[in-house]
Amino acid sequence: MQTKDIDENIAWAKINADVLRSMENPRMGYWIAVVCCLAMVSCAVVAEIYQYQTGLGPANLTWSQMWGLYIATFVFWIGMSHSGTLLSAILHIIHADWRKPIYRFAEAMTTFSLMTAGLFPIIHLGRVWNMYWVLPYVSDRGIWPNFRSPLSWDAFAITTYLTSSAMFLFIGMIPDLAICRDNARGWRQKLYTVLSLGWQGDDRQWRNFRRIYLLMACFLIPLAVSVHSIVSADFAMSIMPGWHVTTFPPYFVAGALYSGCAAIITLFIILRYFFRFEEYMTIPILEKTCKLTFAIAMVWTYLNLIEFAATWYGHDMVAKELLYWKFTGPYAPYFWMMLFLGSVMPFTLAVEKLRRHLPTMFVVSLFLNLGMWLERWMIVGPTLSQNYEPFAWSIVWPSMVQWAIVFGSFGWFGLLFLVFVKVFPSVSMYEVKEMVFHRRTAHRPDLAVSLHRRAEDPQPGSTPSTKGV
Amino acid sequence: MKRYYVMGLFSNFEEAFATIAEIRNHAVPGVSVDDVTLKSPIEHPEIEEVLGDRGSPIPKFTLFGAIFGMCFGFLFLASAQATFLVQPQGGKAVIPLPSNIVLTYELLILFGVLSTVIGFLISARLFTRRHPLYSEKVSLDQIGILLELDEKNVNPIKELFGKHKVLEIREEVSQ
Repeated sequence: MQTKDIDENIAWAKINADVLRSMENPRMGYWIAVVCCLAMVSCAVVAEIYQYQTGLGPANLTWSQMWGLYIATFVFWIGMSHSGTLLSAILHIIHADWRKPIYRFAEAMTTFSLMTAGLFPIIHLGRVWNMYWVLPYVSDRGIWPNFRSPLSWDAFAITTYLTSSAMFLFIGMIPDLAICRDNARGWRQKLYTVLSLGWQGDDRQWRNFRRIYLLMACFLIPLAVSVHSIVSADFAMSIMPGWHVTTFPPYFVAGALYSGCAAIITLFIILRYFFRFEEYMTIPILEKTCKLTFAIAMVWTYLNLIEFAATWYGHDMVAKELLYWKFTGPYAPYFWMMLFLGSVMPFTLAVEKLRRHLPTMFVVSLFLNLGMWLERWMIVGPTLSQNYEPFAWSIVWPSMVQWAIVFGSFGWFGLLFLVFVKVFPSVSMYEVKEMVFHRRTAHRPDLAVSLHRRAEDPQPGSTPSTKGV
Repeated sequence: MKRYYVMGLFSNFEEAFATIAEIRNHAVPGVSVDDVTLKSPIEHPEIEEVLGDRGSPIPKFTLFGAIFGMCFGFLFLASAQATFLVQPQGGKAVIPLPSNIVLTYELLILFGVLSTVIGFLISARLFTRRHPLYSEKVSLDQIGILLELDEKNVNPIKELFGKHKVLEIREEVSQ
């Protein structure tokens, strides 16, 4: 049974060769996945064209049910984006080096999830040509957007998050892009030459690289928390029953981390298979990711219970009625399914035998994400169906147009991700080399001492020699 | 005056660091550790103990960017909201602090990040032409020590490299 996160005897040259090879010959499954994603995107494009030409009627969006699946899925994709931040920034700061073989694709997930999420408010508008009104831009009548509205906060927060996470992804890739540049031919070499920005691996570059990576990680963690808190403010700042809840920001952040971690498990298993990354995406690393997911699932469950308790013991009768209605009304099957998938299913992650079984974990991770998607729908749907105004009470199920666009968004995300992992290294070569190097020297303290503490070596903190002596 | 560039490629950090230690101990008079550029596939965690603390100005860029973002964000929002003076406010504040704090916070981070990236591009001296002695082996698995030397020091340095089992020596002369 494999117990080490990585075989520390892997040669550095082999790491380069394996990762570079992955960008050339993936398994056939990769191409099948690309075709499936293209088909899904096509469904969404057709549905969007139909909706664009006809108006929002075919989407079953009405005055009271104005958000529907679009905003629920928007929240889902924003949540998914937290995986990269968690895995890359938080684990980087706490020196959890097992993240190194898998953080690159998690960061890519962050960027592509945000790019997918950003489409939904635009699609939901109907009048897509007016989407720029939400940007901090003065109109021709001298009117600015309402900065008191959480919807304009969203525009700021998501723009900042997308910019920062894309920068974080790109900066972290520069040393690897230089490796690609040194080994590629043709158009790839030209691309990597431009993108590697002249990286040469000298001590000045590494020193500054480490500094920027740490600083950006420090920025990204509060940013990620603020982004999903702001998304929760879209709901919590209103006075609607079920939404006006104090615990919404932490609840949203926990849900975001949860769905992000579950998606990491899914993509971990897919990439491991497609690119034959068995030596890098190892079972012990998967186990650690599963344990992390389980811990976050329990936090999410706790926050759910807190929300129920706060509503149940509160004085808002309509909110209490809504909570009761969620458990027993027309949304009950989905609500119970959400609770089962989100709170009970994660216990499979606590069983070692199941955790080490890839097909089981693949299915479980998909179900966890289904649960997280249902969570977002159960936030949006029931409150809009039954709130303070009885004339607005209605159950409106999403139309095929909504379902097609939501379905297509998964294809869009998948397509972006698959193109990324084919063109760019999905395993960080230099970080894996560092991981191997550190573990090798950690297991041989005599070597570590001889490496850094030779008798003739200067002592730490001693004054460097001066030029021209 | 001609300047000589010599780069030695080593198979591991141990030999490379031993070479630098000798340079630091003045094994070759006229060559100091300040002349050394170390090229490696990873950053060795204790490199600063070998080369000395060479510092990085990036945090200053970060601080400047964050402060600028905070000031710009708040003033931008406040000046935009000031145009609301011509509109009825219904008793609400023209410049609402709670919501502006949220947006100011976002802009603090945005400009902090952008400024940090600019700081990195400048301080790491990216966008420069690759050194003629750059070797692809440095991005693979070898450690390079690059020195800029006077002619008289070239041979002693080569001998020092040889003593530490250098794998390959590359040279370049510039006018």
